[in-house]
Amino acid sequence: MSPQFTLQSLILRTAAHFLLPLLLIFSVFLLLRGHNEPGGGFIAGLVAASAVALYMFALDIRSAKRVLRFEPRDLLGWGLLFGVISGVPAVFMGQPFFTSQWLELTLPVLGDLKVGTPLLFDIGVYLVVIGGVLLILLSLAEAEE
Amino acid sequence: METLMAFTVGGLFAAAIYMMLRRSIVKLVIGLVLLSNAANLLLFTQAGLLRGAPPLVPEGAMQPAGVVADPLAQALILTAIVIGFGVLAFAVVLIHRAYEVVQADDMDQMKDTDT
Amino acid sequence: MRLEVALPVIIPLFFGALTLILWRWRLAQRVTTVVGTGLMLLSALWLLSATWQDGILVMHMGNWQAPFGIVLVSDLLGAIMVVLAGISGFATAVYSLTSMSKRHEAFGYYPLLHLLLAGVNGAFLTGDIFNLYVWFEVMLVASFALLILGGERAQMEGAIKYVTLNLVSSAMFLSAIGLLYGLTGTLNMADIADKLSYAEDPGIITVIAMLFLVSFGIKAGAFPFFFWLPASYHTPQVAVSALFAALLTKVGVYALFRVFTLIFTQDVDYTHEILLWVAAATMLTGVLGAAAQFEFRRILSFHIISQIGYMIMGLALFTPLAIVGGVFYIMHHIIVKANLFLVSGLVYRLKGTYELKELGGMYRSHPMLAILFLIPALSLAGIPPLSGFFAKFILIRAGVEAEAWWIVGVALVVGLLTLYSMIKIWAEVFWKAQPEEHADRPVHGSVGSGVLYLTIGGMAALTVFIGLGAEPIYRIADAAAHQLLNPSLYIDAVLGER
Repeated sequence: MSPQFTLQSLILRTAAHFLLPLLLIFSVFLLLRGHNEPGGGFIAGLVAASAVALYMFALDIRSAKRVLRFEPRDLLGWGLLFGVISGVPAVFMGQPFFTSQWLELTLPVLGDLKVGTPLLFDIGVYLVVIGGVLLILLSLAEAEE
Repeated sequence: METLMAFTVGGLFAAAIYMMLRRSIVKLVIGLVLLSNAANLLLFTQAGLLRGAPPLVPEGAMQPAGVVADPLAQALILTAIVIGFGVLAFAVVLIHRAYEVVQADDMDQMKDTDT
Repeated sequence: MRLEVALPVIIPLFFGALTLILWRWRLAQRVTTVVGTGLMLLSALWLLSATWQDGILVMHMGNWQAPFGIVLVSDLLGAIMVVLAGISGFATAVYSLTSMSKRHEAFGYYPLLHLLLAGVNGAFLTGDIFNLYVWFEVMLVASFALLILGGERAQMEGAIKYVTLNLVSSAMFLSAIGLLYGLTGTLNMADIADKLSYAEDPGIITVIAMLFLVSFGIKAGAFPFFFWLPASYHTPQVAVSALFAALLTKVGVYALFRVFTLIFTQDVDYTHEILLWVAAATMLTGVLGAAAQFEFRRILSFHIISQIGYMIMGLALFTPLAIVGGVFYIMHHIIVKANLFLVSGLVYRLKGTYELKELGGMYRSHPMLAILFLIPALSLAGIPPLSGFFAKFILIRAGVEAEAWWIVGVALVVGLLTLYSMIKIWAEVFWKAQPEEHADRPVHGSVGSGVLYLTIGGMAALTVFIGLGAEPIYRIADAAAHQLLNPSLYIDAVLGER
């Protein structure tokens, strides 16, 4: 029942402004490299969620919600939807649910690129983790205030 | 090493049960954390303790060279940890709300629904 | 590749995500929920008919072959359970259109309902023991949140007990999986069963079996582990109560049926003897607990426990007829028990209380409801020609044939006491005059109860149907029992002919 939920630290507040975009970019980096190297949707989601959480501790809940733009619930819903949908294309190829489907593209700048359903699934996991963690954190923080 | 781990797991289980039998709901949560960690550690030990290489097959070979660690058990524990994390987060929210409603950190105050 | 095996799991997950996205539009959420649970029921029926015609169906998720990948397996028991989950899910969804208030919906009722159903169906269909653990947890997390929907004091207290004991059960389950994995090096249930049939040391296997018994016993509400159930089931919203009563403990019973017919059949004399004692004690404590209660939902909660005892009795006797009886009992019980809770919700809606002492005179004021209560109540007690009579009859006949006289005696006495409990509710709620000092406090009046009557009536019709059409239902249960008692059918279906 502390009256002051956020930490009143100028250093942290200033740092949070810079750290938030950096951490978010890092989380996307983790998400994209996750298929063959350490990384993936889960820890990427945790990094992104902790970035917003840091922002919340440094400033306050309202600014954290503003910077998030989306309701955590919606992120959760879209993430779950992506996860389920990523299993469906396999059915049209006559294979069991969740069999990976890959599409090989040759793009002018990026060169050969393989895009597939596991990426969609990972994005789903990413969104679910951000949504879930922030839903719990925000509801706990709001109850505290 | 297995013997040491066995004692560790046993100690964790014992500590967990001791904490859960206290009257405080905060200690109950701590007990639950210890309990899930004990189960994870048991799973880890059961899969075999060895300093193995990652289970990767070298290019051109049909099987990995030398002794490799069992990746499945680690995947299982990772899953169990994630699930434990989710459930624990829920339990903390629940106990916080229960504390607000009942205004006490005492299981003895929560006997209304018992029969 | 059989699409229908995965559909009962995919559909609720998909519609659960949709209801999350449609959070702001209440009407859209409600429509999605009814459509989603309806589609789930249809897919379940499709699965049952496919399993009936073609035998055990298997889907290798992600095209990873068993025993390395996760498989979904639909044998007749699994398919029957999925259909029952579909029926009770659909009935609950329709019922809660009226019974759920806006405030409770705003806590996320609809997404949680779908998540719970996905977890339940996943547990019924998976062929992988660790995946079973995952589905259990999915189901548990959803049920935790549903239990405290509304956030009243009693709900918090009930939830703490429920959460704690279920987490203990999960830890036991995980430890048992760890030991089993250390022993066999595999997680696929068919492969485990196959490997254990060559195992040399039955002692350790029996120890693991006991760990599973404790873990699933807690989930099922079996004898020494049932205390969480009567402490929590009477606290949530009534639609949630009904769904829990219908499905959650039955997932535990299903898991017991699965592991103690497929995996742990090495030392039947020992393990199933213990199960038999557990069954008897569960029946007795449940029904005696109910006799001491005077609150509508608490009586029903205690009766869940005593009914679980009957199902475990079927498993414990372990003769073909007894297993048929157990499966039949599950089918009868899920529908009847969900319906009784729904009736109690309607009574609450009309009268504003669950206390038997404060209720009365409802036969005079609502004769239709009284009749709709009598059908499931008498069925629960085992009065012919309703579904409960045949379920009990098969079990008792199996007991007599196995010459297990004392369990037959217990089952008969418990049946009688069940009748006593039901008559008690009947006499207090419907027959006696309304106590003068307790005026009606209708929650919403009888406005819009049409849907509630429809749901209750539909479930009651199903009860009568199972009773009158016991022959085809018996044939399905018989085929399911045949598959359960011949694990090689399951193993061959999953791993292929070897």
